[in-house]
Amino acid sequence: MIQIQGVHKSFGDLEVLKGVDLEVDKGEVVSIIGGSGSGKSTLLYCINGIENIQKGKIVVDGVDVHDKATDLNKLRQKIGMVFQQWNSFPHLTVLENVALAPRVVLGKGKKEANELAKHHLRHVGLDDKFDVYPTQMSGGQQQRLAIARTMAMNPTYMLLDEITSALDPELVGEVLDTLRLLRDEGMSMICVTHEMAFAKEVSDKVAFVEEGIIEEIGEAVQVIENPVNEKTKRFLSKVL
Amino acid sequence: MGDYEFHWLIVYQALPQMLNGAFVTLHVAVFSMLLGIAFGVLLALGKMSKYRMPNIIATAWVEIARNTPALFQIYMAYFGLGAFGIHLSPYMAVLCALTFVNSGYLTETFRGGFQAIPRTQYVASWSLGMKKVQSYRYIILPQMFRRVYYPMTNQFIWSILMSSLGILVGMGELSGETQRLQSLSFRTLEFFIVAAIMYYVITKLVLFSADIMSRRLFKGEI
Amino acid sequence: MGSLFTPLSWNDTGFILQGVLNTVYISVLAIVVGSVLGLIMGFIRSISNNYTNFVLGSVLDILRIVPLIIQLILFSTFVGVIGHPLLPFASGSIILSLYTMAFMTEVFRAGFDNVSGSMRIAARSLGMNYRQSIRYVVLPIGMRSVFPSWMGVALSVIKDSALVSVIGYMELLRTSEQLITRTQQPLEILLGVGLFYFLISYPLSEFGRYVERKMAI
Repeated sequence: MIQIQGVHKSFGDLEVLKGVDLEVDKGEVVSIIGGSGSGKSTLLYCINGIENIQKGKIVVDGVDVHDKATDLNKLRQKIGMVFQQWNSFPHLTVLENVALAPRVVLGKGKKEANELAKHHLRHVGLDDKFDVYPTQMSGGQQQRLAIARTMAMNPTYMLLDEITSALDPELVGEVLDTLRLLRDEGMSMICVTHEMAFAKEVSDKVAFVEEGIIEEIGEAVQVIENPVNEKTKRFLSKVL
Repeated sequence: MGDYEFHWLIVYQALPQMLNGAFVTLHVAVFSMLLGIAFGVLLALGKMSKYRMPNIIATAWVEIARNTPALFQIYMAYFGLGAFGIHLSPYMAVLCALTFVNSGYLTETFRGGFQAIPRTQYVASWSLGMKKVQSYRYIILPQMFRRVYYPMTNQFIWSILMSSLGILVGMGELSGETQRLQSLSFRTLEFFIVAAIMYYVITKLVLFSADIMSRRLFKGEI
Repeated sequence: MGSLFTPLSWNDTGFILQGVLNTVYISVLAIVVGSVLGLIMGFIRSISNNYTNFVLGSVLDILRIVPLIIQLILFSTFVGVIGHPLLPFASGSIILSLYTMAFMTEVFRAGFDNVSGSMRIAARSLGMNYRQSIRYVVLPIGMRSVFPSWMGVALSVIKDSALVSVIGYMELLRTSEQLITRTQQPLEILLGVGLFYFLISYPLSEFGRYVERKMAI
């Protein structure tokens, strides 16, 4: 379980998170929606300790993320992350992109890591791309590669940071299909997203964030179709 | 040409010794380059660090190396260090001087290479659970070296050419060896023409193999 | 008769100063001559066809690839052999200028390539005449791409000028070498020499970086 309690986060004088509380159970899918600059993505980066926090606490399966004694590398092995700009490693082949972390982080043998990588690449439909370099692929394919790369670490949770917003519209579908697949397999996910329809379809819960505060959280269908909060209503009327 | 007569036979007979000199030239160039790369990476990291001390050391090193002649560095290593009781052989003096200059120039090259790598590459590797060292080893350094491959090749060529200053401290690399050989026969012109050709061939060969190597090493574009 | 070795004294100032002036003199000469020749050669290279370029490039390559020290020894020996020995200063400045030219050619060629074609057409289409387009478009853009590398070559020529000592020109490093032999105080003298080069080179390279930053905007 991920427990976020009263988290405050500032960049210099700019406070981007002003007391966020959120709980995500195992197997649960939570979508975070909100305007740009509302602090959604920053929250994700705090969960795996890429960013530090000023106040509050984030606990993942009983481990305090921002405790100095916490082994962040160990913790990050069970929190996968996929990025807006997919961030594939351009100097490695598709297969190497996926096999690298299992090899150097989990200490698997080269053969085992490659088999594992192939398995996950097939899973996201990149069977024929093993020896290609990422830059030779489309954005959608690179994003699926990024998902496979994360899955190969067998994470308990996935953090998805606007993973479709940098894609051409016609490529969004293939990536969302991959996410549906993960959801059906029971993966716990926190998705920062602009795809309202998708959020409604796959999420158990939807949280609306504005100016560093969760204004409304609830059942996905309820929040998106019948929001209670005035700010949520205003935001949804603009994007839907 | 006046009444000058070329005598090539004597150069031909001394060819093995000259080739040996050429080998020493490559030797000192390769080692000064390898050491220069190692120091250069460390200094570049020092220059980018938020701590004061590594920053000051790196900046001083870089500026002194870039703003004084290589000949001065070699004299410092050969004559100057004597004041501290350190007496280096000609080979060691040239090696130290070239390493010093190479690391100075490479530091700036590497810093540019590091800065060209988006921060998201670090973040992506950390989020997979890689330690800082692993992230540098597998993700950052390979990309950095690829970006600076051509400036690095140029630096290597510079090392080959500048090792010719070994002639001034009696080192047995190509120029020094040529100097010694010609002093036995006074066929200065012949000997140095052959030396010049050797430098030309070595440099072209290095450029050629660097090109071949880059095609084998770097397949994906970044 | 005094000792063979005598310590450094104020009387040596004039001697060192002469070395300093000689270094500055031959460097400035080589940079000026080399830049003018490089400008011409660079222009020729930028308008030439592949064949001419290949021939020109190969000749210039020799000047850039054969170590300067070898070029200096070869040239001064050569003029001696053919019966027209030159003063070290003359041989030194000829070779150093040609060496500078070889590097400057590539600097200016890149500049010409940068401004050619599309830029001139763009300026013309704005209704500028030839002189205006040169004044307002070609020169500023050319300067922007040329200046940083020009400065880089110029700085390396100042440092490389130390090599002219090999053929007997009394520039700074050779003067100091003789002082070292007499005084046996290598460290003090060398540090002084290093400081001199640094004091010339460092401000210039900082200035180069400053201009580069200004022009980048």
